[in-house]
Amino acid sequence: MTEDQNNILSEITSNDYKYGFVTDIETEYAPVGLNEDTVRYISLQKNEPEFMLEFRLKAFRHWLTLKEPTWAHIKYPKIDYQSICFYAAPKQNKQLNSIDEIDPELKKTFDKLGISLEEQMRLSGVAVDAVIDSVSIKTTFKDTLSKLGIIFCSISEAIREHPDLIKKYLGKVVPPRDNYFACLNSAVFSDGSFCYIPKGVRCPMELSTYFRINAENTGQFERTLLIADEGSYVSYLEGCTAPRRDTNQLHAAVVEIIAHKNAEVKYSTVQNWYPGDKNGKGGIYNFVTKRGMCEGDHSKISWTQVETGSAITWKYPGCILKGDHSIGEFYSVAVTNNYQQADTGSKMIHLGKNTKSTIISKGISAGHGQNSYRGLVKITKKAKGSRNYTQCDSLLMGDKCGAHTFPYIEVQNKSSIIEHEATTSKIAEDQLFYCNQRGISTETAINLIVNGYAKEVLNKLPMEFAVEAQKLLSVSLEGSVG
Amino acid sequence: MLKIRDLRVSINTKEILKGINLDVKAGEVHAIMGPNGSGKSTLASVLAGREIFEVTSGKVTYKGENLLNKTPEQRAKEGIFLGFQYPVEIPGVNMLTFMRTAVNEKRKFKGLEPLDAKTFLALIEEKKAFVEIDSRLTNRSVNEGFSGGEKKRNEIFQMALLEPDLAVLDETDSGLDIDALRVVANGVTKLKTKENATIVITHYQRLLDYIVPDFVHVLYNGKIVKSGGKELAFELEIKGYDWIKKELGE
Repeated sequence: MTEDQNNILSEITSNDYKYGFVTDIETEYAPVGLNEDTVRYISLQKNEPEFMLEFRLKAFRHWLTLKEPTWAHIKYPKIDYQSICFYAAPKQNKQLNSIDEIDPELKKTFDKLGISLEEQMRLSGVAVDAVIDSVSIKTTFKDTLSKLGIIFCSISEAIREHPDLIKKYLGKVVPPRDNYFACLNSAVFSDGSFCYIPKGVRCPMELSTYFRINAENTGQFERTLLIADEGSYVSYLEGCTAPRRDTNQLHAAVVEIIAHKNAEVKYSTVQNWYPGDKNGKGGIYNFVTKRGMCEGDHSKISWTQVETGSAITWKYPGCILKGDHSIGEFYSVAVTNNYQQADTGSKMIHLGKNTKSTIISKGISAGHGQNSYRGLVKITKKAKGSRNYTQCDSLLMGDKCGAHTFPYIEVQNKSSIIEHEATTSKIAEDQLFYCNQRGISTETAINLIVNGYAKEVLNKLPMEFAVEAQKLLSVSLEGSVG
Repeated sequence: MLKIRDLRVSINTKEILKGINLDVKAGEVHAIMGPNGSGKSTLASVLAGREIFEVTSGKVTYKGENLLNKTPEQRAKEGIFLGFQYPVEIPGVNMLTFMRTAVNEKRKFKGLEPLDAKTFLALIEEKKAFVEIDSRLTNRSVNEGFSGGEKKRNEIFQMALLEPDLAVLDETDSGLDIDALRVVANGVTKLKTKENATIVITHYQRLLDYIVPDFVHVLYNGKIVKSGGKELAFELEIKGYDWIKKELGE
């Protein structure tokens, strides 16, 4: 066999492992709990250079001095950090032998979301014999990217292969000391994406985590770093519409984006982690720190998110508009149904002159869901001639849910303009009756209305994602009629 | 097509309809007139299936089947159309998407294939002419920002697309100027066939100049107190509702 074939073979074999094939590689579990040894263990498993271990240890030691924040408008039982397993082998999910073994409820959801059979199997951990497909997708894709000089790999690989870039940028946008969960993440992150787009390059395809070699079975403490050099462009897709379960309850990811002069980054997220059952039991806690630095003049970073899952969503994707004329955007649809809670919004910090930011946040509350918008628009003294437009809308379905708004606006110069609009609406009985009278069922009517409401945000998503997201909204609001 | 027997309807324990009897056959146009508060809109809402009204007694048969135990969607698919007095706005829902959903739901019910985009758009063009509605309005969200007259024209536009068997038009003429009235009324008349029927609810005789009724009923205080041919509408116009009250000995 040629060297190339050997490489491909070993890649595939390690991939097969992640889908749950039986191998004799020893299981990789850190003992439960979190102490310095756990951090060292993780770093060792990843074969990290010394500087990375230092980064982690520094963060961990600082974390020990911090207290968990309680100011958010959410309630949850105290997290016992000593009972969590902070590192587990990717092959966590049970190995299934055929598609018939997939939980029928889950299968119904997959079908409703229009997810292909092959994807369904992959996501459920069915042993997929898709060697040829994986190779062809991966190799064509990797070839195209490498020809353009684009680096797209796991963060672990980047730490090993591109330490200079990591040293230069990791923790610069979200320093470990930024907040409790970012600090924890800096100590124990286990996976995530790394992306570097060279000067003047426009990435020709949407980058998505699906294409990374490491599958998404972890996701507990993901760390993503995206660097767009001068004049470059990239659109990145995180997550998928398929409902995802994880035995790990706490997810505290960190995403850092740097956009240099004239560069543009679009970061889209569709999140549908397990939201807990109808009584609010179980469900994932999604405590995420996402921040983009518009480092260079005329740079632009857009965040678009559709959050329908998780028991608790706590995140404020934001932008630091450092370069003059830089632009930050945030488009969000967040759904809370049953007993889900969300405290989400955006932070736009204007440092440079003539900077612009847009925040469009659409909350949908149903069941006993509690949806809070929390936003910060800060225009510093030097950020002359800056503008912000914020629109936060809440849609209430039923009378047991809640929508709350906590806007913070700080303006420190006289030449900037801030606009803030907020609306609260319900789906009124007479609107539903109008639809009924035209032969449209209440469920379909609600879908029409909700999608019309969320349209402005869904339109910002890459097209295929937008279609999936629409279906996801329908599915996540099922049973909210009443 | 429609048989109403002794229909009594209440809302919040207040009785609004106090024993309505009505027969509507295919090909007929019935006008229901009466002063404010007589129960005209209630009757329209009950036929459409609005749940806030409670049917306390009586029977309604549509095409030989009991109508009262069917959901509003079901009634719509079986051919009942209500032209709302105050059409509600549904922001964010595009008019064409809305209508396409409605049209295809009805087709599905009848066992027909849904219309593809091209055929549907051709249908829209054809029907727009009925009520002289233009693309400015059809490209917007349902009724959003429409003037009163535009909303009423939009109701008839929808009627033209759905081709109902029984159309109940609740004060379709209110808020319309003379020209708009003519356009709307002509639209309704053009849609009339030997197989369908229309119930026109109105205060004023002038609509009935354009939509000529076969029967006119006067609804007063929850009951149909007088029925006649189209001349009855003229009489009402001249004599006013006081005449009816006097006849009833009030």
